[in-house]
Amino acid sequence: MGRYSGNRSAVEALIRPTQVHRDVYIDDEVFDLEMKHLFANTWVFVGHDSQVPNKGDYFATEIGRQPVLMARHSNGEVYVMHNRCPHKGTKIVIDREGNTGKFFRCPYHAWSFKTDGCLLAIPLKKGYKDTGLEESEAAKGLAPVGAVKNYRGFIFARLNAEGPGFEEFFGDSLSSIDNMVDRSPEGRLEVAGPPLRYMHQCNWKMLVENQTDTCHPMVAHESSAGTAVKLWESLEKPEGTKKPMAMEVIAPFMSPYEFFEEMGIRTWPNGHGHTGVHHSIHSDYSAIPGYFEQMVEAHGEERAKEILGENRHNTVYFPNIMIKGPIQQLRIFIPLAANKTLVESYIYRLVGAPDMLLQRTAMYNRLINAPTSVVGHDDLEMYERAQEGLHSDGLEWVNVQRLYVEGEDMDETAVENGTTERQMRNQFHAWKKYMTMTMETAQ
Amino acid sequence: MTFPSRDDLIDFVYEEARMIDDGRFDEWLDLWTEDGYYWMPLDYKQEDPHLVTSLLYEDEFLRKLRVERLKGERTFSQKPKSRCHHVLSRPFVDEMDRDNGLFVTHTPLHYVETRLDEQFMLAANARHELVLVDDELKIRLKRVDLLNSDAAFGNIQLFV
Repeated sequence: MGRYSGNRSAVEALIRPTQVHRDVYIDDEVFDLEMKHLFANTWVFVGHDSQVPNKGDYFATEIGRQPVLMARHSNGEVYVMHNRCPHKGTKIVIDREGNTGKFFRCPYHAWSFKTDGCLLAIPLKKGYKDTGLEESEAAKGLAPVGAVKNYRGFIFARLNAEGPGFEEFFGDSLSSIDNMVDRSPEGRLEVAGPPLRYMHQCNWKMLVENQTDTCHPMVAHESSAGTAVKLWESLEKPEGTKKPMAMEVIAPFMSPYEFFEEMGIRTWPNGHGHTGVHHSIHSDYSAIPGYFEQMVEAHGEERAKEILGENRHNTVYFPNIMIKGPIQQLRIFIPLAANKTLVESYIYRLVGAPDMLLQRTAMYNRLINAPTSVVGHDDLEMYERAQEGLHSDGLEWVNVQRLYVEGEDMDETAVENGTTERQMRNQFHAWKKYMTMTMETAQ
Repeated sequence: MTFPSRDDLIDFVYEEARMIDDGRFDEWLDLWTEDGYYWMPLDYKQEDPHLVTSLLYEDEFLRKLRVERLKGERTFSQKPKSRCHHVLSRPFVDEMDRDNGLFVTHTPLHYVETRLDEQFMLAANARHELVLVDDELKIRLKRVDLLNSDAAFGNIQLFV
């Protein structure tokens, strides 16, 4: 038994109603337990099915620290399996994506597998005659993950065979994915190009928390958004001059506290939640000519207005993705170590909609989330300062108390003031639940 | 100035890199045409700056924003400031289209950026599309292709 390994009550004690212990961010043993329990018990985003449009297409990624690949099988379905040859452990694919044809072939000894993972053939198979190979786990092929769900194109997987069902885990939070997909006149998204890849020397949860942290933009991003607003004013354009697209994207980050208070936050059970219940930083973008008409034709006027009237800001799907429905962006926070996180930022095309929408989305992605972004630079600076600062022995606890209400029930959906830290508390409530779900109870 | 010579083009590219390394960013802003773009693709051999993500695709407003931000008191990621260093291979002059006033160079380079105890290096190819504005060379497009543009980076804060 370590400090935390095999010590369920020590893990539970890390989370208090309004505080979390620093070890959830900096302790290697806690991180290992997250990989073993949290990322195995929850439904984790793997990829979008448009990344593997054709039979034999594959995409390699990680669930927590587990290397997995998703592949489009001959029956048209997407399968998710461990990226590890059952023979000697060699990773079956090492590139990020490609097409493998009708089967995967291990480059070491040429064991081959169907694109659903089943063993297809072994060279010189007579060497296994009467050895009982067919009874071994190696003969079963590439190990499947516990469960897979394709929800409107978004592929999620649960590593453990047993655990919460997909609908049970996500519940009403799926309405944010619905809204993103419904914004396509054809009800379909397609991934647009490779993701931005941004390395962060900090814990993955700092990024997840920041997605619903509405009290930092006007402070941490004053240097980018504030400067943009001042620069635009200094140009003294005639009144009524249309703001450039970049200004529409970046200026709302400087909105006052009241704007964020009034936008609202909604939390759902199991750690999911979103900012921008009533309006958001995406609400006042210019209309793109022709788009509304396409939506009316596809959905009828009333439904089209309903879909486009929803302007949710950031929706967190616990444990480690965030989506922006109004601009079709998804960011995944891939944990690599207690102090190392890879952030990948994807964008999607609304199939059938004008290109100008995608152009704005691509601009948002590079202006806000690139390693070359003047907005991202200051966020990363904050996370890395926190990762270092948490090693101070002056204090051991991180405060998440803003707008705390005694006795708040995270199993209830709630809509609250947009500057509450309730969603952070909601995440840690879910963290404790899914960390300890498969831990043995203390003797 | 009538038409630039090959040496004029090559000197221009070297001088631009030196301005960045010296931190003379206001002078650097004056090197561009009003409709010029500073482009750093994300994908190897990317052709489209609009409908897929790039690392940078900066017009005049965004270039100015970057330079103004570097001067700010509350630019936290620049406390302390970064410094950078270019080593250029001699630029190739790929086009001297006097009829259309377009001059194109190709420059392999190494770029080093440092801040606090961290230092990293990038290898890149820069393509400069230069035009004459009032007899002065200006940048209409600077395209920087990082050798490892698809890698995961930390902050890249100055100008490659």
